[in-house]
Amino acid sequence: MNQPVLDLKKLNKAYGALKVTKNVSLTVASGEIHAVIGPNGAGKTTLIGQISGALRSDSGRVFFAGRDVTGLSVAKRAQRGLGRSFQITAILPDFSVLENVALGVQAKAGHSFRFLRPAAKDPRLNAKALECLDAVGLRARSKVRAGDLSHGEKRVLELAIALAGNPKLLLLDEPMAGAGPEETARLVSVLAALKDRIPILLVEHDMDAVFKLADRISVLVYGEVIASGGAEEIRQNPAVREAYLGTEDNA
Amino acid sequence: MPTTDFLKNRAVPVVLFVALALIPVYAQVFDDRFVMLFATRILILAIAALSLGFILGLGAMVSFGHAAYLGLGAYAVGILAYHDIWEAWISFPAAILVCAVFAAVTGAISLKTRGVYFIMITLAFGQMAYYTATSLSAYGGDDGLTMWGRSEFFGTSVFSNDTSFYWLVFGTLLAAFLFLKMVAASRFGRVLKGAKQNEARLQAIGIDPFAYRLTAFVIAGVIAGLAGALMANQAEFVAPAYMSWHRSGELIVMVVLGGMGYLHGAIIGAVAYLVLEEVLSGYTQHWRLIFGPLLILVVLYARGGILGAIKGRAP
Ligand SMILES: Nc1ncnc2c1ncn2[C@@H]1O[C@H](COP(=O)(O)OP(=O)(O)OP(=O)(O)O)[C@@H](O)[C@H]1O
Ligand SMILES: [Mg+2]
Repeated sequence: MNQPVLDLKKLNKAYGALKVTKNVSLTVASGEIHAVIGPNGAGKTTLIGQISGALRSDSGRVFFAGRDVTGLSVAKRAQRGLGRSFQITAILPDFSVLENVALGVQAKAGHSFRFLRPAAKDPRLNAKALECLDAVGLRARSKVRAGDLSHGEKRVLELAIALAGNPKLLLLDEPMAGAGPEETARLVSVLAALKDRIPILLVEHDMDAVFKLADRISVLVYGEVIASGGAEEIRQNPAVREAYLGTEDNA
Repeated sequence: MPTTDFLKNRAVPVVLFVALALIPVYAQVFDDRFVMLFATRILILAIAALSLGFILGLGAMVSFGHAAYLGLGAYAVGILAYHDIWEAWISFPAAILVCAVFAAVTGAISLKTRGVYFIMITLAFGQMAYYTATSLSAYGGDDGLTMWGRSEFFGTSVFSNDTSFYWLVFGTLLAAFLFLKMVAASRFGRVLKGAKQNEARLQAIGIDPFAYRLTAFVIAGVIAGLAGALMANQAEFVAPAYMSWHRSGELIVMVVLGGMGYLHGAIIGAVAYLVLEEVLSGYTQHWRLIFGPLLILVVLYARGGILGAIKGRAP
């Protein structure tokens, strides 16, 4: 049958006495956007870290593309097609926009023990990088120093870098955080266009974006998935309204 | 546009190497042997500084034990000469091999750490090499080892003639510079530069920078080892002092003084450092009192070093 691309089985993680992830099991199937929402401190970024390999889980397993990747490093998981964006923008500020993305292409084009040819002029890297910049609408800014981009543009660049590696799954940690309305709209349409090709696990606070994009939503509160289902189901769920959406209304 | 690009990126190194190439001519015309010997010494240290500038500028690896490679390269040549092996085709590869192994082993350990820890652990390995050399009583121990001659090159006297030796050193510096420039621009160099800016980002796209950093560390060690092998020939003497932490510190100062944004910054830094030292020590024996504050001023006010000041901005 159609196996999920990402399959989390009973993940746990504690910082000392503080349990940040409690028995989290969820899946992302191909062709879908599965959103994970939850109040501040619910453990969303921690969960992303456990999936990407940056944080070690206390127990539980992560299956990605049919393989158990629980013991693999971040880089190994990325090589297998796990692309991610960071909640706190992580770009290479001294590189140009193009070079940021071209390095993402390079990372997937075999090892980088290549010493002879200038990377900046490598058409194989640049062509694909420009394609990714086109996909997110950032091509016009390709020559700009990445550190000089606006905050919103940096959020878009994060996504382009992740796309450069031809990921089988995208883990996006609040991709819209801090982006202006224009970039948010752009990101929403880009993600909507992507999801048929690349399934996405989306952590996001922007509820409009989540309800527009997500096929499924899981609600994380104090490290626990308290509800999971379609957008309408989640909107109606009383526990969710109390724990999360209610506070959102008052905010 | 191309002209300004040329001025920005090429003019300084071209002028620099042309000026260095004119030194033997100057020495010939004015019959000034001292200048050429002094310049030879400068260029040898410039090779070492260049190699350090490569890992420091591209990879932010502040190795405080880089002089160890000068010493290892020098001892390889000196010890082989002691056993009557003078052929450079044997001693130079030996120097390279020793430095590569030392860099691979110490680098694999040091590069597990970052920042101040990396500085301290490379310093510790440097001191280890230093004390090992002082304990080599068969090869002079503390006092060092006099060579009574220079390496041979298939029986020719390239090393013994001052002018041809200068060209050999000059050629080595130029080759090392061009090689490192090529590496810096390659995919490999891009990984180093990227890892320096944000390691988590590199991991997230699937690159673990460790092996790349280690390779760069070995490349730098080998090039510094070549400088050491040349230094042994110039002085016809090797001693533990070659690897003292003072010398490692001097190499760092050269790199910072010249400007870390460009590879040739380290060469300019070496020239400036050694010429200043020479000039100031001619005026007064307390030259360090002037030299120290001067260096601090450069670091504070010309953030990109001498090159930064030339270009009017920090690179
Ligand atoms: N390294 C750490 N050590 C101790 N506690 C931590 C650590 N990292 C996170 N926490 C705690 O774990 C909990 C979950 O944090 P996490 O960053 O995963 O939340 P989040 O859902 O991403 O929040 P936000 O919406 O603010 O991004 C928080 O209470 C946080 O304080
Ligand atoms: Mg978070």
